[in-house]
Amino acid sequence: MGDGVADSVVQEMDDGSVRRRRSGENTLLDARGLTKRFGDILANDRVDLVINKGEIHALLGENGAGKSTLVKMFYGSLDPDGGEILWQGRPVDIGNPAAARELGIGMVFQHFSLFEALSVVENIALALPNPGRMSELARRIETVSRDYGLPLDPDDIVADLPVGIRQRIEIVRCLLQEPQLIIMDEPTSVLTPQEADLLFLTLNRLAQEGCAVLYISHRLEEVKRICHHATILRHGQVVRECDPTKETPASLASMMVGADVASVSAGAQKPVIGNTRLALSNLSARAATPFATALNRISLDLRAGEVVAIAGVAGNGQGELFDAISGEMPVAPDMVVLDGKSCGNRNITWRRRQNAAFVPEERLGHGSVPGMKLSQNIVLTRHSTGDKLISGSFVSTAQASVLEKRIKQKYDVRMSHDDAEARSLSGGNLQKFVVGRELDRKPGILIVNQPTWGVDAGAAALIRQALIDLARSGSAVLVISQDLDEIFEIADRIAVISRGYLSEAEPASDMTRERVGLLMAGGAETQGEVA
Amino acid sequence: MFEAVLLTVITAATPLLIAAMGELVVERSGVLNLGVEGMMIMGAVVGFAVANQTGSGTLGVFAAIAAGMAMSALFGFLVLVLVTNQVATGLALTILGIGFSGLIGEAFIGVPGLKLPELYVPVLSEIPFFGPVLFQQDSIVYLSFALVAAVAYFLFRTRLGLVLRSVGDNHGSAHALGYSVIRIRFAAILFGGACAGLAGAYMSLAYTPQWVENMTAGRGWIALALVVFSSWLPLRVVIGAYLFGAVSVLNLHAQAVEIDIPSQLLSSLPYLATILVLVLISANRRLTLVNTPACLGKPFVPDR
Amino acid sequence: MRIELVKRKEHSQLMALLSPLIAVALTAFAAALIFLITGHNPLVALYKFFIEPLTQEWSLNATIAKATPLILIACGLAVCYLSNNWNIGAEGQFIVGALFGSALPILMPDFANAATLPLMLIFGAVGGALWALIPALLKTRFNTNEILTSLMLVYVASLLLDYLVRGPWRDPGGYNFPESRIFSDAATLSYIPGTSISYATLVTIAIAIVLAIVLARTLKGFEIRVMGESPRAGSFAGFSSRRLTIFAFALAGGLAGLAGTMEVSGGLNQLLPQISPGYGFTAIIVAFLGRLNPFGIIVAGFVLALSYIGGEAVQSALGVSNKIASVIQGLLLFFVLACDTFILYRIRIVGRRHAAGEVSHV
Repeated sequence: MGDGVADSVVQEMDDGSVRRRRSGENTLLDARGLTKRFGDILANDRVDLVINKGEIHALLGENGAGKSTLVKMFYGSLDPDGGEILWQGRPVDIGNPAAARELGIGMVFQHFSLFEALSVVENIALALPNPGRMSELARRIETVSRDYGLPLDPDDIVADLPVGIRQRIEIVRCLLQEPQLIIMDEPTSVLTPQEADLLFLTLNRLAQEGCAVLYISHRLEEVKRICHHATILRHGQVVRECDPTKETPASLASMMVGADVASVSAGAQKPVIGNTRLALSNLSARAATPFATALNRISLDLRAGEVVAIAGVAGNGQGELFDAISGEMPVAPDMVVLDGKSCGNRNITWRRRQNAAFVPEERLGHGSVPGMKLSQNIVLTRHSTGDKLISGSFVSTAQASVLEKRIKQKYDVRMSHDDAEARSLSGGNLQKFVVGRELDRKPGILIVNQPTWGVDAGAAALIRQALIDLARSGSAVLVISQDLDEIFEIADRIAVISRGYLSEAEPASDMTRERVGLLMAGGAETQGEVA
Repeated sequence: MFEAVLLTVITAATPLLIAAMGELVVERSGVLNLGVEGMMIMGAVVGFAVANQTGSGTLGVFAAIAAGMAMSALFGFLVLVLVTNQVATGLALTILGIGFSGLIGEAFIGVPGLKLPELYVPVLSEIPFFGPVLFQQDSIVYLSFALVAAVAYFLFRTRLGLVLRSVGDNHGSAHALGYSVIRIRFAAILFGGACAGLAGAYMSLAYTPQWVENMTAGRGWIALALVVFSSWLPLRVVIGAYLFGAVSVLNLHAQAVEIDIPSQLLSSLPYLATILVLVLISANRRLTLVNTPACLGKPFVPDR
Repeated sequence: MRIELVKRKEHSQLMALLSPLIAVALTAFAAALIFLITGHNPLVALYKFFIEPLTQEWSLNATIAKATPLILIACGLAVCYLSNNWNIGAEGQFIVGALFGSALPILMPDFANAATLPLMLIFGAVGGALWALIPALLKTRFNTNEILTSLMLVYVASLLLDYLVRGPWRDPGGYNFPESRIFSDAATLSYIPGTSISYATLVTIAIAIVLAIVLARTLKGFEIRVMGESPRAGSFAGFSSRRLTIFAFALAGGLAGLAGTMEVSGGLNQLLPQISPGYGFTAIIVAFLGRLNPFGIIVAGFVLALSYIGGEAVQSALGVSNKIASVIQGLLLFFVLACDTFILYRIRIVGRRHAAGEVSHV
């Protein structure tokens, strides 16, 4: 160990395969037996991980597998409860992010750690131990960012910048410290396919220069494309290591989940299209706050029996569109038409009475009240929809309880005890409840924003199948999603939203990922302007 | 005559200015401390009591600062360590401060006060009109201006000030980068307490050198409004403080000029003006959203 | 060494019940310390403060009389705080309500019949509600922070009362004292026949019970609780935060105004420059101690009323300043807030990093 000779320690894995420890003289980071506990949840369980120089190493796993927790320990944001970390052969104690940066470890966060009110140079200065004079730093930023093909203007205020540029700040911030290992947490979740390609060029260049990259993702196609090695986590443990270039996305997926993932069957039945249930007609709205997105003459017809998906990278108006359709954001009456009735200025309760149902992006805090029980959360959206929950102003707890049991059972919602508070459910289970609550009403029209974000594969499959089944039973379903895999799995027609413009909704069979990517990057706007 | 008026404006504005500067730093770090009134009045009573007992105004001022800091430390422990609701805790601080000050101050009602000495700047203070106004004030007035300059420099030209602003903007990101959000906020809260205590001391040792129950009469609350009015920018606090100072001495001077307006109406002007100013500022939503420290009042619980 | 908070998966029902009790106990402890430091026997002082007033009929009645306005105001405040409307101006609403209610007996002293009192109470409630609607409308229309506006109006209300009592409404036959004329019998709120309990108390308890039912069982109560905890979810449910703000402030102002009128027409029987020993602010403490629940508020109101009477008791018995009462009230609020933390969080004291085990508390 550490004497320059490659270790040939061999370990037996759960599924009988053997794993060879890869540490040697080229090893940067060697994590051994890392464990981290949160209350009674074991987030990481004796994790071993080896990263060598110049390697792009993927860390795979579903939501909740423990990936973020693990890398936070590498970056010093969390303390391990057990195990040790060796950096270039020597054990280290990474007490805080400054210590990690000093060792040469940099991190690009999934939900960026930027400061909106401050400028680019101020943001970067905050992450550097010795920023020096601001003017000098500004010049360094210009040089380095241009050099790597990610140009930045140091004096821009972050609040004014779009998401793709913000990620550049995070990356350049790392690069300025000349790191030997960069950890990237789901970097492409906010990028268009073209922006992602640009990122991959940068990563390859870094790898060639000897810098290692720890790449967290659940996007299997990407991992196959650029990563040299992959470690797969499931329920906090390392279950496999492999060379992703030799695997298929399906095999990687089953390693992540541990079983064959039930594939969603959409193609089996052809959709029988009925009347237009929801029509958006030149829907426009000004941005409510400086940080919101304006909606620009959005038009769409949603018909009974079909699933229409709106693809788009976060921050392009999805939330605003959802609010305009649900009624939380009032617009001109003719812009939103439900079953032939103009209702752009009607509130959400009125729309629910027309048998429309809604599932927002944020299940905690928007779709449900975190501190209230599930039975009470049912009353939240169904107090005026004829479910006998209210009689003479009084809430019927008995009826709420009946509904809760029914939904729990039908949609396999698991909780620690009966009628738990919404907060205590896992992401997947709460999402099943929030979607199930609306499906239980057998709505004629369902609008859902990010149906399976942050949800485990099993729950995601259940939800997607339920959406398809609802459409096939004659309802109209509109899905807004950032997940292209999901969209291509369940949609009959696909439209793209970008900067508040919506492209024409075309049959899924006519669309490719490249086209969607182009529309995301601005094609949708031009289409919208011409239309 | 005008000179005399100007002098009273300065005296009225100074406690507002000092207290507001302290709260500005606290709010820039993301914490809302509604207990300024309570800390101020404790500063007033402790300053008066110590000055009275020791015969030294300076000791009184230091004791007042310590009292303000002690109270703010209690507030800081609750909202930073126990993560209690900041609005309710600030109110509790005010209620406690008013109560405690009443208790301590009972022994000092009607007792003649100790006035802080004025500082004469030689030669310059002889200049007619401007001389006394600018160069013959008690030391705390000069201190208040130095304070504004120091806070402005600190916030916008030093690294620590940048870090503090970043904590108020996004405490999650600051924590992710490795900064100790709690330590920075605690330091800011202590600074705010010191300023409030100092402002209180000024009231009982310079403004009206005596102790009267509830003598701050809501100035702590007006200081809070000033911070909003200034969009969290130090120089604008000066403008606001002096505007309010002017409004609050109207009652005093109207009587001299024999205007026949009920004195209660004139006394209510500062409070009505505060409401007006708040409405004007908040009506401009864009201005509010862009300038408010994004994390103001939000609880912070790190996961370690 | 570091104290860490670990979020519980759900609200702890146990702590929700225990928290106010622990807070009272801690306050008693702190009060004992203060008595000790000021040179008095802590046990005797605590007894005189908390226990003795309960043993005598006159002090018990006085406590109930003081608790009444506290409970009524706090019930209204609870509705506000539950819906995230920070009404700090109850003291001002109390005063303006009293002004509106007193207008009838003062300006039309000959209108003395069975309708006088009911009309006074209605005017009082309306007056308080109107005064509360000012910060409410400023909030809904201009997004102005209601804490500062409602508070500023307290000072304005006090000055208004002062002006009226010293000026236009001063008793013409009163030898220039700053007070209004004494109210006629028809304008006086009396005791329930055969008891020493005022009708005010009856009205207050009735309102508290009604509010308790509304908050716990009706859709309106549901709306209030949802909007307070998750405004976004409330909007998703179809509730309007603007309308709720107006409702909550109007209700709280109305109840405070009613309390003010009942106080002025009952115990005081006239208007004076000071008609409240800070009821509007103490009611804030009552609301929190009672966990924003009307039944809890009834008990908490009693506890805080006790602190007023207790303050007088220790002053006459031991020579301690009666200001000790406000100190104890302030400490109580602090302890209530601190103890409430444990409903949502557990405490963990973490030693050096990589310590073998971690000590878990509570």
